Amino acid sequence: MKNASWIVAFLAVAVLVSCGSDERTEVFVSAAASLTDSFEAIEEAFEERNPSVDIVLNLAGSSTLREQILAGAPADVFASANESVMDEIAGAGLLASAATVFATNRLEVAVPPANPGAISGLGDFDREELVLGLCASGVPCGDFAIEALRIVGVDPMVDTYEPNVRSLLTKVESGDLDAGIVYYTDVLAAHDRVEGIPIPAETNVVARYPIAVLQGAVDTGAAAFVAFVLSADGREILAEHGFGTR
Amino acid sequence: MTGRARTKQRPPLLLVVPAFVGLLFFAVPLIGLLARTPWGDLPELLSSSVVVDAFRLSLLASIGATALSAVFGVPLAWVLARVEFPGRSIIRGLVLLPLVLPPVVGGAALLFALGRRGAIGEPLNELTGLVLPFSTWGVVVAATFVSMPFLIITVEGALSSLDGRHEGAAATLGATRWTVVRRITLPMIAPSLAAGLALTWARAFGEFGATITFAGNLQGRTQTLPLAVFVALESDRDTAIAISLVMVVVSLTVLVLLRNRWWRTT
Repeated sequence: MKNASWIVAFLAVAVLVSCGSDERTEVFVSAAASLTDSFEAIEEAFEERNPSVDIVLNLAGSSTLREQILAGAPADVFASANESVMDEIAGAGLLASAATVFATNRLEVAVPPANPGAISGLGDFDREELVLGLCASGVPCGDFAIEALRIVGVDPMVDTYEPNVRSLLTKVESGDLDAGIVYYTDVLAAHDRVEGIPIPAETNVVARYPIAVLQGAVDTGAAAFVAFVLSADGREILAEHGFGTR
Repeated sequence: MTGRARTKQRPPLLLVVPAFVGLLFFAVPLIGLLARTPWGDLPELLSSSVVVDAFRLSLLASIGATALSAVFGVPLAWVLARVEFPGRSIIRGLVLLPLVLPPVVGGAALLFALGRRGAIGEPLNELTGLVLPFSTWGVVVAATFVSMPFLIITVEGALSSLDGRHEGAAATLGATRWTVVRRITLPMIAPSLAAGLALTWARAFGEFGATITFAGNLQGRTQTLPLAVFVALESDRDTAIAISLVMVVVSLTVLVLLRNRWWRTT
């Protein structure tokens, strides 16, 4: 039974691997895709200070996360890119405590390096010859972008509605889109892979990011993580990634 | 298949219990879907322009992908089964890679190769003006990429296990090699070919990851049913469930009908 010995060996390895993992408490943090880089940095800083806690990040579009949480996916902390998504979670009675706004963000037009579409701002989003992308409606960056375009009175000629801000940015980076409306922080995170064209404050939209501990959370770890995000150290990391922290 | 063992005795409990658990894996999600279906609103939900456009695109893309797979995949399967050449196992692995690769990885790879700034996409665009991403052709390409391996693996298997005497006899009687393929080989593997085409179509019909990554998401141009489900899940769950139900019904019908028709005899 050569096969049987392989199976036994496999199981032994599987058991060893699972036993080998440490005794740290896992805290599941569901965070908006636009928080990817900042929350990875915060995770590292937090775990350094709290070696007994293992932060597990689940990064996706806020509305995807909302559906996961409403469907009962394991999550201890929720950080959303807009308040209405958080309000729905609160309305469903799933928050352990009231949500706190911990960061703000603003929109910016992202274009590939050298700006091949010669785009100067939101006003170019009705040029049919361009290949343009937005986040899908229902995703915060998509709703904000539609709002900003409405403020400037532009009816956009959109070629793709992306499921989250990072997939939109990827297609701008690759040069397949001439422009996309993303967050300022995403342009910053992409370094020189995209160029950012600022949107003037009077036509821009301010995204406010709330964070909250969810019901049934691993109480100590989850609350400590939220406290850290709101602390001076947490705010410093967020500010480094371009967020407004007030 | 000869000597099929179909027992008339009571099946052993040791097999029935795990078999039932196995069945639950497939049945439970389906029951969950049916339980949440807003039956009364179904006609209205399914006649919305989003659903109609997505259905039309899904049919177009899945049939297009099946046609492309037949035109290019069957010859490739024949070469893999019949021609000895160095590195054949590597080529075979490459061809079957999309079966195991996450579709989103395939979509990203397609974007990097065939995108507007891609290694092939850029010259293609300059020569022909064709831009694949964000176009319906892009949807067909993505669906073909993920579904063609199903046809290749089925047809290659059938060719490899084919008794070569008929082909040999035809050749001895003076048939050209092309005639042998057309008159002997293809008819003999017809059941497998049909089964492979059905699987290919079904996989293309359900394709999501490579499509959204490579072709984007726009109603009427690139938004197929799976993409419409994904977007609707976040804003309009009833529509999402209604579309999911359509996909289940269409796919199940095709698989059941084709199985009864072709696979029983193979």
